[in-house]
Order: sequence, then structure tokens, then C-alpha cells
Amino acid sequence: MDGLSPVLGGFDVVLEPVNLLYCLIGVVIGMLIGVLPGLGPAATIAILLPLTFTLEPVTAIIMLAGIFYGAQYGGTITSVLLRLPGEASSVVTVFDGYALTRQGRAGTALGIAAIGSFVGGTVSIVVLSIVAPIVAGFALDFGPPEYTALALLGILLVATISNGGRIKAVIAACLGLLLATVGRDGFVSAERFTFESLSLADGLDFVPLAMGLFGLAEILYALEERHRAVSAPAKVTNVWPSRADLRQAGGAIGRGSIIGFVLGVLPGGGAVLASLAAYAIEKRRSRTPERFGQGAVEGVAAPETANNAAATSSFIPLLTLGIPANATMAVIFGALLIQGVTPGPQLVTENPELFWGVINSMYLGNVLLLIMSIPLVGVFVRILRVRPAILAPITVLITLVGAYTVNNSTFDIALVIAFGVLGYLMKKLGFDPGPLVLAFVLGSLLESSLRRSLLLFDGDPTGFFTRGISGTLLACFIAVALLPAARSVLGGRRRPAKEKELV
Amino acid sequence: MTADPTSSDPAEVPSAGSVTNLVTALVLVGLGAAAFAGSLALGVGSAARPGPGTWPMLVSGVLTALGLALLALARRTADAERFNRSGLLVLGAVASMIVFVALIGTIGFEIPAAVLAFIWLRLLGGESWRLSVVISLGTVAAFYLIFVGALAVPIPHLF
Repeated sequence: MDGLSPVLGGFDVVLEPVNLLYCLIGVVIGMLIGVLPGLGPAATIAILLPLTFTLEPVTAIIMLAGIFYGAQYGGTITSVLLRLPGEASSVVTVFDGYALTRQGRAGTALGIAAIGSFVGGTVSIVVLSIVAPIVAGFALDFGPPEYTALALLGILLVATISNGGRIKAVIAACLGLLLATVGRDGFVSAERFTFESLSLADGLDFVPLAMGLFGLAEILYALEERHRAVSAPAKVTNVWPSRADLRQAGGAIGRGSIIGFVLGVLPGGGAVLASLAAYAIEKRRSRTPERFGQGAVEGVAAPETANNAAATSSFIPLLTLGIPANATMAVIFGALLIQGVTPGPQLVTENPELFWGVINSMYLGNVLLLIMSIPLVGVFVRILRVRPAILAPITVLITLVGAYTVNNSTFDIALVIAFGVLGYLMKKLGFDPGPLVLAFVLGSLLESSLRRSLLLFDGDPTGFFTRGISGTLLACFIAVALLPAARSVLGGRRRPAKEKELV
Repeated sequence: MTADPTSSDPAEVPSAGSVTNLVTALVLVGLGAAAFAGSLALGVGSAARPGPGTWPMLVSGVLTALGLALLALARRTADAERFNRSGLLVLGAVASMIVFVALIGTIGFEIPAAVLAFIWLRLLGGESWRLSVVISLGTVAAFYLIFVGALAVPIPHLF
């Protein structure tokens, strides 16, 4: 790395008017969907994928990244005001955030959350800027065996930490890997699982798959439970937290930033886990843990800081190794591939304006979000009055028409519907579609690395263990795979299957 | 990503019976076995010279095994939701979308889109007649202006 020039060059990219505009669009959309319970960031990004085709790669990713971290800000608002987490990563904010609202201190909670999110996001970007090039440099030596091990470990970790049962998550991942094999084989030109269909000969496209499994599936799933009425949100006054509140929340914001950053980097970690962990740690180290749940400022500050820090740092594995750490990153991975950019260790050196442009756009996005979330809270709250019954058909039409515009084919619309139904059934039956999409994205990388490695090792699979990095990664893989089984054998099954969402 | 964990309160969403779980597991085992057979037919090759079927065979093998595990656990699984009458809403929604795809190629997107929006608003959403008509026509008009007018996307259109 020759110093700071590429880093500063990234700011030139960000400050181009087009990129500024799309950064703003991204964070506003992110904030909106964060406020609206239902569509999450992965679904929104999937639905908007067709829109990014006409954009430059940098611009597209700046916008999509903005949606992702913007949603973390927006999710807070409904948690605090309505006891309705707009995003899974704001679930724990509900406890103390809503308690504060009932005490008439909604403004304090929102203000602290916004400041915490800003600090967490910014700290995370700074560390990301330092760490990412180092990781990328290290990963440049990775060969096929290392990528095989890394992809396997990534998929397994995401499946392990996803919602619902582990077996079901791994099954979902296997389905994703199988779907990725549809089409022409890259090594010898054999057609696999195409059923003589011309439309399938080139394989399944990522865009209709993600739009269906994330976008349409969530809309269909929400159709069933839309009868729950949304009560009128409380009036928000005085969003600026007092000095005493800030002092009280300071430590929580600091620790939340670190926890969020670390958990965000780990595959499968991400914003949800980070917010849970940060809340738990604050509660444990507090001298007055009984205040938590009764409106402790730290109980809002810690998870909100951590989820934003994690949202930012989860870009590290994607941009440096080419391995998406969670479902949303899998969709952004797909968006990059469509743009003809393969994320991986070579990205920093070969495509510095993209790499630094995207990272530096996050500084700006966080400033925009801080500005929007403090004075404009009232505006976003008003959006909650729009009934889901009115939004659903509009979102569906955007999805269906959007799917058509990708290849101008009605076959793609049919695919979106098919994957939408599959995703709906998966959600009903307790399968998280996240691991499926992630495994689909990594499928061809995993298969080709495995086959190259086997050629390299002359068919001897022990070769994986004779190389330091791939051996270590595979040892981790085996440990993660076997740990729960070992634990249940040793300790008896103390906790039965009822271990859904809230950990 | 999950919409709203507070709503997945076990009291609100009854879990599916073991029949649902058994069927799910059997479908997965069947799928895994079919993919396994398909992979064998593609040619598995050897470890030193993997063929096109090697990787799908490994994956579908794991899939089949895990499907069998689910089958064994079917009675104790509690994380699936029961299908109830509100599932009919979803069926209706899917049917409206299938009609949309079937018609868009021949008569353009305007009429199917308006009909789809109307069905979702009036029948699935329970909105008033007037609001449903206004919003569905308004949405189609906006889509026309954006996709046909501004973006000039070659989407089949009638007008």
C-alpha cells in the first residue's frame, strides 16, 4: 500500500454529484424500510437490484450499502415509539427504548440511538479502512484449497447462527448449493439439471432468485399477519439527549462499537447478533442491572451502536475475501458480480476507486443519517400511517416489473414467483432462506475451488490439512459442525427445540 | 430480516403438526435422492479427476442425510407454523401473479397490473372499493410514466 493517496482518492469518488445523490437515495430508502416493519434490508436490496444495472458499479454499491446501514437507523424508531422492531437488529432496543417512551422520554432514546449509531458506524469505518487492506494483502496468497475451506466455513457459520433450527439451515444451504449447479458445467461442457430447458442452460440467475426468496417471500408471509393494527405513535419532543444521559451512555457506546465491529466481521455474526451481545454485556457489567428494561439509557445506546458498527464491518469479509458474511452481503455480492466486479483480495489494488469509494461513502451516509434521524424523526414516523395493505401491491408490482427489466424476459418473472412461493413455504416451515441465498452465491466458487484443489492434490483430500491456512479453517469447520452434537451428547439435551428468534 | 419477532409469539402462531413435518422431511429426502441419482447419471469421475456429477453428488448426499435426520426428529419439531385459513390469502396472491405473468406477454402490463393491484387491495387487503380503484389505476399510471415514459424499458405495453 503506498500511503493514503488511494484512500483520499476515494473521497473524490464520493463527492461526485451522482454518487452523492445515490448515497442520499440509499440512506433515505434504508431509513424508510427500517421504519416500516416487514421488508428488511436484504429484501429491499434484492427488489431494487434491477435498478442498479444502469448505474456505475461504485454508484450502485454506494446506494445499496446506504440502504443497509440506513435500515439500522430506521429500525430504531419503531422499536422505541411503538414497541415494534422495524428490523431484527433492533429487537433488544425495544425493552428500554419503549420504557423510555412510556416515561415521556422518547426523544432521549431516539437521540441517544442516533448518536450511538453514528459513533458506532464511524468507529467501524475507521477500523475497516485500516484493517481491510491488511486482510486483503494476506488473502492474496490464498489458493483454491483456502477458498474451499473459507467458503465452507462461511456457509456453515451463517447456517449455524441463522434463525430456526440448525439442521434446517444447513438443508437450506444444501439446496442453495444444488441450485447453483444448474446449467452448464464450467469445467467440461455438460449440462446439469437443466431438464432440456433453454432458459436454464446458462444456470439460474441470482437476481430473480434473491428477489423471490427475500423480496416476494416476505411480502407473501406478511400477507397473513397484516391484521395487527398499528397504534398511533407517541409525540416526540426534544430529541437532544441531556449531558447526563450522554455521560451515562458513553461507556455503552464505546463498548458497543467494539463488540459490533468484531461480531460484524465474523461470518454469520452481523447486526442482529451484535445488538444482542452488546445489550447482554451492558446488563451484566452494570452495577444496577435491575434498571434494564425499565428505561436504562445504556440499554438503547449499546445495541444501537453495536448493530450499526456490525453493519459496517460486515463489509470486510466481502470486500477483502469475497465471502459475504450475511444474507444482505450475499445480495450485495450478487450486485457486484452483475456489475462485472468480482469481490476478493485483488479488489483493493485493482479497483481502488470502487473499494475506497464505497468505504468512504459510509462516512457521508452516517452524517446524512444523523442529520435526518434527529430533526426529521417526525416525518418518518408519519410514514407508519400508510397501511401495509396499500404498500403490498405496489411493492409486488415493482418486484415483478423489475424482474422483467433485467433480461426482458417473462421467464424471469415466473422464476421470481416460483422462488417467492418457495421462500414463503420455507419461512412457514421454519427454514431461513438466508443460508440458501448465501450458499447459492458461493456455490460456483466453492465447487470450482474444490475441483481445482482435488486436481492439485491429485485426488488426495488430506492435502487440505497439510496447508496451514486451509487446515486451520477446516479444523474450525469441523469444530463448529461437531460442537453442538458433542454438547448434546455430553450435557444431555437441556434446551429443546424452542429456541427461536430472541436467543 | 425477519419482519417482527414480537409477532412470532408462540401463543399467536400455532406450530404445525407432525404430519406437516413428516411431509417436509419426505419431500427433502425425495429431492435429495433424485438429485443424487441425477448426479450419478452425469458422471462422477474419481477424486483425482472429478466429473460434472461429483459436487452435486456430495451435496445431495448431505441433503438426503439431513432430510432423514429431520424425518427422525419430525415428532419433536416445533418451529414450523401451521397452515390456516389466512394461507388462502397467499394462494390468492400467487394466483393473481401467475395470471399477471401469463397475460403480460400478450396484452401488455397495464391491465394485468391494475387487476393485480385491485385484487390485492380490495380482496386481500380489505380496502374500500373507491380507494382500491384509485390506487390501482394510479399505480399503473405511475408505472407507465416511469418505465415506459422515463426509462424506456421494453416492457410489453398496450398503449
